[in-house]
Amino acid sequence: MSNSATVLYDAPGPKAKNLYRLISVAVALALLGIGYLVYAALDDKGQLTAAKWEPFTESTSWTTYLIPGIRGTLVAAAVSIVFALILGAILGIGRLSDHRPVRWVAGGIVELFRAIPVLILMIFSYQLFAEYEVFKSKYLALAAVIVGLTLYNGSVIAEIVRAGINSLPRGQSEAAKALGMRKGQVMRTILLPQAVTAMLPAIISQMVVALKDSALGYLIGYVEVVRSGQQLGAFYGNYLPALIVVAIIMIILNYTLTVVATRVEKRLRAARKGGGPQGAAPELPAVSVPGMDITDKRL
Amino acid sequence: MDLLSKYSDQLIDAFWTTVQLTAFSAVGALILGTILAAMRVSPIPVARGVGAAYVTIFRNTPLTLIIIFCSFGLFQTMGVKLAPEQSPTFFEQNNFRLAVLGLSIYTAAFVCESLRSGINTVHVGQAEAGRSLGLTFSQNLRLIVLPQAFRAVTAPLGSVLIALTKNTTIASVIGVAEASLLMKEMIENEAAIFVVGGIFALGFVILTLPMGLLFGYLSKRFEVAR
Repeated sequence: MSNSATVLYDAPGPKAKNLYRLISVAVALALLGIGYLVYAALDDKGQLTAAKWEPFTESTSWTTYLIPGIRGTLVAAAVSIVFALILGAILGIGRLSDHRPVRWVAGGIVELFRAIPVLILMIFSYQLFAEYEVFKSKYLALAAVIVGLTLYNGSVIAEIVRAGINSLPRGQSEAAKALGMRKGQVMRTILLPQAVTAMLPAIISQMVVALKDSALGYLIGYVEVVRSGQQLGAFYGNYLPALIVVAIIMIILNYTLTVVATRVEKRLRAARKGGGPQGAAPELPAVSVPGMDITDKRL
Repeated sequence: MDLLSKYSDQLIDAFWTTVQLTAFSAVGALILGTILAAMRVSPIPVARGVGAAYVTIFRNTPLTLIIIFCSFGLFQTMGVKLAPEQSPTFFEQNNFRLAVLGLSIYTAAFVCESLRSGINTVHVGQAEAGRSLGLTFSQNLRLIVLPQAFRAVTAPLGSVLIALTKNTTIASVIGVAEASLLMKEMIENEAAIFVVGGIFALGFVILTLPMGLLFGYLSKRFEVAR
């Protein structure tokens, strides 16, 4: 990130440099001021005493609370992302089908589950499974979390798949058809492999969403990391520190995934420049302002 | 149908709360997000850093956690109160405002990212022409770049807003009486779970579908001709 050569402002001259320095100092001072206010308020309420933070240095609080919670989050997220990928591929290809009814059904499912909040899906499937005793009561919450996340993320991934396949040049499928391939073969051996590389960053971003949304399990009693953090807070009487630690854990997990997504995208873009599959990705803006990444971030 | 007439008042109240949560948080998130986006493209390294840190932190934290933090952390531990204490509906009001705060803080990170990518789509020549006329950074951003960026991001901002509408259900975690809280209550007390599920699914489809169509239309309408 260099200071020169951006679209919005000139490279600073001596006067502007001084001004920037002044504003930098002002911003830094404001930050320090806010930091001090927060510190003073925390201190005032006795949140900074060693007793409040000590539990996090003991192994028992990790083994009884935090690690099972992290495991719960990861299990729910991993299982649902796998199912969502399968569902997304089916629905996405369904939306591109030659048969109108298939297109409509797939489109209807995708639009419906993208419009309904994940939480509503979870509450509904929880009650549904409880009523008809589909799962053991121990797995009820987990099943509901997985179903909710799968339906929602599957629908979003279906859209990503569709966009990915649509972004391929028409010549690809035309050439395949000219070689005498059947529809299934064209999709399986020509279109999907190319589209997957283009979709990869978006799919990884969607994993971040699934990982974050697994925290919704909190509301239907699934023990994931926020719930376990809250239990820890209740046990040691340190809600605030516990929630901060949980936030840090989640940020590290999600940030790692985001970094992976950005890396993958950069590699793909480099590969394309080097004569890899041409035009295999959606068009990205050619101009880049410093500090701006143009990963397609979906909510 | 009996269910609808039995719960009609409560349903309207609950969805009205959802709409209110959405509206207030949208305004908050839009203001905060615009400021953050301006910080992230500014010439001041410290401001850029602050903006980047904010986005990284709040985009990667689950909303559930943020809202619980607003209630347990800010209110119960730190004693932050957002409503007059003597008011009879203190807890309701306070929880509502805490939820709006949490939703705004979370959504602002997404607004900021959308806007930043919108700024990216503005043609270089636009900003260059502004600079060559002697406009300063803030003039350039305010008069030339942001108006075009906002037009370019109408559709993405629409999806942020729809996501926000759906995210308001999470406010039920601190007891704000919006749609999902009523759904939980109804689905436990009534035998007809499919009907209850259908009512709430339909409610959200009614809320979000027109929004999607509207923003689709607006984005076509406001498209910058190039």
